[in-house]
Amino acid sequence: MELEVRDHSSFAYSETTILEIDRLDVHYADNHAVRDVSLNIFANEITAFIGPSGCGKSTVLRSLNRTNDLVPTARVAGRVNYRGHDLYAPDVDPIEVRRRIGMVFQKPNPFPKSIFENVAYGPRVTHGRVSKSDLNEIVEQSLTRAGLWNEVKDKLDQNGMALSGGQQQRLCIARAIATNPDVLLMDEPCASLDPIATSLIENLMLDLVKDYTVVIVTHNMQQAARVSDRTAFFTAEIDSTGARFGSLIEIDKTDKMFNNPSNKRTEDYIAGRFG
Amino acid sequence: MKKQLEKSSIIGKSHEKTFGSVIFLGILWLCLLIASLFLLTLFASLILKGMGRFDLSLFGNYNNTTPEDAGARAAILGTLFVVGLTAVMTIPVGIMAAIYLEEFADKNRWFNRMIELNIQNLSAVPAILFGMLTLGLLDLMGFLNKNIVFGGALALSLLILPVIILTTREALRAVPQEIRAGSLALGATDIQTVARQTLPAAVPGIATGTILAISRAIGEAAPLLLLGALVFITYDPNGLTAGFTTMPIQIFGWSSAAQDEFKALAAAASVLLLVILVSMNGLAIFIRNRFAKQW
Repeated sequence: MELEVRDHSSFAYSETTILEIDRLDVHYADNHAVRDVSLNIFANEITAFIGPSGCGKSTVLRSLNRTNDLVPTARVAGRVNYRGHDLYAPDVDPIEVRRRIGMVFQKPNPFPKSIFENVAYGPRVTHGRVSKSDLNEIVEQSLTRAGLWNEVKDKLDQNGMALSGGQQQRLCIARAIATNPDVLLMDEPCASLDPIATSLIENLMLDLVKDYTVVIVTHNMQQAARVSDRTAFFTAEIDSTGARFGSLIEIDKTDKMFNNPSNKRTEDYIAGRFG
Repeated sequence: MKKQLEKSSIIGKSHEKTFGSVIFLGILWLCLLIASLFLLTLFASLILKGMGRFDLSLFGNYNNTTPEDAGARAAILGTLFVVGLTAVMTIPVGIMAAIYLEEFADKNRWFNRMIELNIQNLSAVPAILFGMLTLGLLDLMGFLNKNIVFGGALALSLLILPVIILTTREALRAVPQEIRAGSLALGATDIQTVARQTLPAAVPGIATGTILAISRAIGEAAPLLLLGALVFITYDPNGLTAGFTTMPIQIFGWSSAAQDEFKALAAAASVLLLVILVSMNGLAIFIRNRFAKQW
């Protein structure tokens, strides 16, 4: 299979670690779902998590902004350091974590409110009262940044759910960047979109990464090859008791992962031999 | 088999029009007809009987021993007072309780599951038992006279509170999880998420359920009879401890009177009660259809 891998010949790989995942384990009730994952996320890079279903890539992503906390039975062990602070330390407020590490979901989930209100929601809940002129500015900037402004500037009071799927997803991205986060987590953001909407969002990611750090989970290897700077390959394994769990096989610069992976299993997966 | 797939097979008799299916359809229509016939007969006979007394004196006059001068003013105002107070007491409590149970309570804890089960059971308890409970409560609170507006509202509140809690929970549960996740992912707190996303999205469902619960309270007579609301009242209720009677009880009183003129009065009041209830249910259906969200 021929993959179009993003050209990194003139790309300066970052030296700044934003997120440092150290021996992460995630349990759902009795199920030890993700085992011993360690990897680093670097500033202003797109890191892609790829791998077959059930490999734990989404679970790892969700543990980066404590969204896993919302599942009552989930338990996280190990460390996730964000700029040197352990996200799971007892004095850390998960609300503050989510304000700095935003998230875009697989299925576009605009609020059943106007386009304006969708984007203004984050600043409103974070800062309490925000002046109308500040809000107008934030909404315009965020929608422009998400490449949606020209399509919606005349109908900001229209319900966000009336937009097309691709527009809804860009609205969700605008909503996420309106709170000015440091990191954007994207959980298969194009899984429910058509190819044109997908390519718009991929271009958007390449633009956003100049200001943000992006982590994307994707089923689509071509997408990982096209947009990401580094790729982490996860796989689903079965332990001696027959329990399925996800683990990290390897993480490397994307062109190396796709052209010359160190691990045989990565090579097989990328070549389409399993998964 | 092959023959049916020929192009010409779109012409001719459909297989749905067999003898058996026509009979089945006929039975369905008959059942519908029987149900609506009863309702229509009820409406028609009430209107015919009560037409002569459906006038301004029905609204303006107090009850009277001479049927020509009697009216339902005290009962209409009594219903308004008692049910109004019921709404004020139950809607906030019911919605808050439902929010706690649906959004905050840990559903794996045994006592939360027990509360849930009990609320479901309470919604099926016969109304008369809530009347007895209210009698006991009023006694404990030291009220000698049990037939007071507050007492009636208390009995009806106990009756409809479980219904309001259950319908509000249904409405909250219908709000997709993605809305909550989206809000929390933007750094909103649990309280902000409920107040600004989940609850507003559930308002149409809550309104529908609440209106239906209130209309049940309007039509209820049994627990109020137990409080002694079958009384002859010739004044407007003027406070929480004022004596009262309500429309269903006034209708009950009039229809058990000996003179036919009172029976006509009962029919006229029944028409009024039915009009109120049907329009409230209509409003509930309108809200459900107009504002229900397609997720």
